[in-house]
Amino acid sequence: MSKMVMTKKGKIADLRSAEEIKAERRKGRTGVYLVVPGMLVLFLFFALPVIVLLSMSLYARPEGAEIGEFVPALEFGNYVTVLSAYWSELVRSFGFALIATVLALLIGYPMAYLVAVRLRQHGLLQGILLVLLIAPFFSSFILRTQAWKQILADEGWVAQTLKLIAVLPADGHLTATPFAVVAGLTYNFLPFMVLPIYANLGRLDTRLLEASGDLYASPMTSFFKVTLPLSAPGVFAGTLLTFIPAAGDYVNAALLGNNRNTTMIGQVIDSRFFKVIDYPGAAALSFILMLSILILVTLYIRRFGTKELM
Amino acid sequence: MSPQRRQLPEDPQIRALVQAMSQRSMSRRGVLGAAGALGLGGLLAACGTGGKSAGSSASAVSVKDVSATDPTVNWANWTLYLDYDEKSKTYPTLDQFKEKTGISVSYVEDIDGNDTYYGKVQGQLKAGQDIGQDLITLTDWMAGRIIRQGYTQELDHANIPNLANLLPDLKDVDFDPGRKNSVTWQTGYAGIAWNKKKFPKGLKNVSDLWDPALKGRVTVLDEMRDTMGLLMLDRGVDITGQWGESEFGTALDDLRKNIGNGQIRQVKGNSYKSDFISGDAIAGIVWSGDIVQMNFENDDQWEFAIPEAGGTLWSDNLMVPVASPRKANAEKLMNFYYEPKVAAEVAAYVNFICPVLGAKEEMEKIDPSLVDNPLIFPTEEDLSHAHVFRALDAEEETTLGSEFQSAIGA
Repeated sequence: MSKMVMTKKGKIADLRSAEEIKAERRKGRTGVYLVVPGMLVLFLFFALPVIVLLSMSLYARPEGAEIGEFVPALEFGNYVTVLSAYWSELVRSFGFALIATVLALLIGYPMAYLVAVRLRQHGLLQGILLVLLIAPFFSSFILRTQAWKQILADEGWVAQTLKLIAVLPADGHLTATPFAVVAGLTYNFLPFMVLPIYANLGRLDTRLLEASGDLYASPMTSFFKVTLPLSAPGVFAGTLLTFIPAAGDYVNAALLGNNRNTTMIGQVIDSRFFKVIDYPGAAALSFILMLSILILVTLYIRRFGTKELM
Repeated sequence: MSPQRRQLPEDPQIRALVQAMSQRSMSRRGVLGAAGALGLGGLLAACGTGGKSAGSSASAVSVKDVSATDPTVNWANWTLYLDYDEKSKTYPTLDQFKEKTGISVSYVEDIDGNDTYYGKVQGQLKAGQDIGQDLITLTDWMAGRIIRQGYTQELDHANIPNLANLLPDLKDVDFDPGRKNSVTWQTGYAGIAWNKKKFPKGLKNVSDLWDPALKGRVTVLDEMRDTMGLLMLDRGVDITGQWGESEFGTALDDLRKNIGNGQIRQVKGNSYKSDFISGDAIAGIVWSGDIVQMNFENDDQWEFAIPEAGGTLWSDNLMVPVASPRKANAEKLMNFYYEPKVAAEVAAYVNFICPVLGAKEEMEKIDPSLVDNPLIFPTEEDLSHAHVFRALDAEEETTLGSEFQSAIGA
C-alpha cells in the first residue's frame, strides 16, 4: 500500500514493480483459496437447502396426482393457505418461546451469578456446579422430556401433592397442558441461557463492585448499575440461544402437550411433512418460521444489541 | 417414461440421479431455472418431488440379490409385535429361525405409525434406494399405497410354500390381488379399552368415552381409519360402503368437539400405551392385542371390547421394499412364520388375530387357555362386528388425511 499514491484526479497509481505486484496477487489469491472450503460448505449445507426449500414451497399438486407428487410451479398461494390455517400455532410458538426465555433468564441468571462470581474463590465447588449444569446434556433430550412426563403424570407425586394442597383442582392435570410445555421448554433450554451468562460474569472485575460500594451504592444498586449492564452481552446471547430453538421446538409440545391449545409450529411442519405428505405446505411454513425468527431477532438486536453483534 | 437409449448405471442412487436429471432437462423450460443445477435436480428427486414419471422409476430398479452370500435380513416392525423373552432379552422365534436357516435377523421396532413411516422412507423408495430394511410391516391401506406406487418387490411364491396356510379370506385382497407383493403378518381390531379399577362401570360404545368422569383421561389413535372408523360406526355409518364427505365430516366434528373441550387428552400412535401405564389415560380407542400384553405386564388392569356399534378390522402386511438386496432371505423368514407352530408361538405373545391355518391346533400345546380367545381365534360371529374401512383414492386420502390432521391439531 505504501507504494500507492493518489494522483490529482483521484486515481490510484501503483508504483510497485511487476514482481511485487505478482507476489501481492498471489498472497491475495491465497486468502481467496482459504475461504473457498468454508464458502463451499456454506453453499452446500446452507444456501442450497434454503434454495431447495424456497423452490419446494412454491410447488403445486397437479389434479389427481399420486400422494407425494408435486410439480415445479410458482404457487404463492401455498403461503396464504398455510399462514391462514396455522397462524395461531405460529403466534403460540413465539408466545411459548418468549415465556420460556424470560423464565430461563430469571432462573438462569442467579445460577450463573452464583457459580461465576460468588464461588470464584472456591474452585472445586465451582467446577462441580458447572459439571452439574452441563450434566443434563449427557443424556438424551427426548429421554429427559419423557422423564418429566412421568414425574408430572396424574398419578405422580407432584400432581397428587398439588391436588392435596388444593393448588390444582381435583380433576386438573399437569401434563397435556400449556404449563407443561412451557416448563419443558424452560428446563430443556436453561443451560443455553446459563452458560453464556456464566462465561460473561466469569470476566467480571469485582474491583468495580468494591468501587461502587466505596461510593455508597447498596449491593442492590451495585448489581443493577454495575453487574447487570456489564453482563448484558451474556444475557443477550443467552436469550437468543434460548428463544430461537424454543420457537421451532416440537418435542416438548409433542410429549408434554395436548392436541388443543399447545400445538407449536414445529409439530405442524412435522405433520405436514411426514403425515400429510404436503411438502410445499411444510416448506412454506418452514420458510415463514425462518423469516419471522429473522425479523424478530433483527428487531431485538437493533433495540438491545451490542456493537459486536451487528 | 421415454425409452432409454443408454444403459443406466447399476448403482440405484446414481441411476436415480441420472433419471432425475433427464427429467429435469425435459422440463427445463419450466419456471425453476435454478433447479437445473445438477445437484439440485438429484436433491429434489430424492425429496420425492420429481416429475410425473418419477413414480415408475422405482419399479424399474433391478437389484442383485446377495442373500446367498449375506445371511442376514433386516426387519422393521411395530412395538410389542413379536414374541419376546423378558429374561433373556431375546426373540425366541428369531433365534429358532437363525438355528434353522443360519440367517440372523436384525429386528427393529421402527414403525410408530403408517403415515410417519411412509413419510420417513418414501423419498428413498421413490428414488429406488435401499432403505436399509428388507422387510417392512404396514397396514392394508398403506401396503396398498406402496404396492400401487411400485415401492415393493414381487415375491417368489415358490420360496414361500407355507403361504398355503394363509387364512382363505386373506388370500386374495383388493390392494394386492393374488398376494403378489405382500403376506399378512397379523390381523386385529381397533376397539375401546378402559381401566377396570378406575372406571368400573366400563364402556359399551365409543360415545361412552365422552362420560364427564373421563374428562381429560381419554386417548384416541392417530391412525385415521381406526379412530374415524369407530366414530363413524358410532354414528351408524357403514364404513365399508360408499360413504362421503358429509358422514366423515359429522364424525370429525365429534372428534373436534371432544378434543376442544378437553375430554380427549391426547391423540397418539403406538405410544398411547405409556399413557395407559402411567395412569394419565383411563380409557380410549386402542388396538386389541396391545391391551392383552399390557395386562400381562401390569397385573390385569384393563379391559378391551369391540363397541356394540362395531369395531374396525385391519391387517398388517410384510413386504420387501424396492432395492432390498436380500429378498430371498426375507422370503425365507415369511415362510418360517407361516409354520403353524411358529405362528402359534407369536400369537400367544402378541394376542392379535393369527392369520395362519393350523395355528389353533398348535396353540393347544402351547397354551390351551388361548384357544378360545376371540381376540386370537375369532369366530364368524366375532368377525361380524368388525368392519374394514373402505379404500380411499389418492385424492380422498390427501383431503381427508389433511382434515383429520388439522382436527387433531397438527
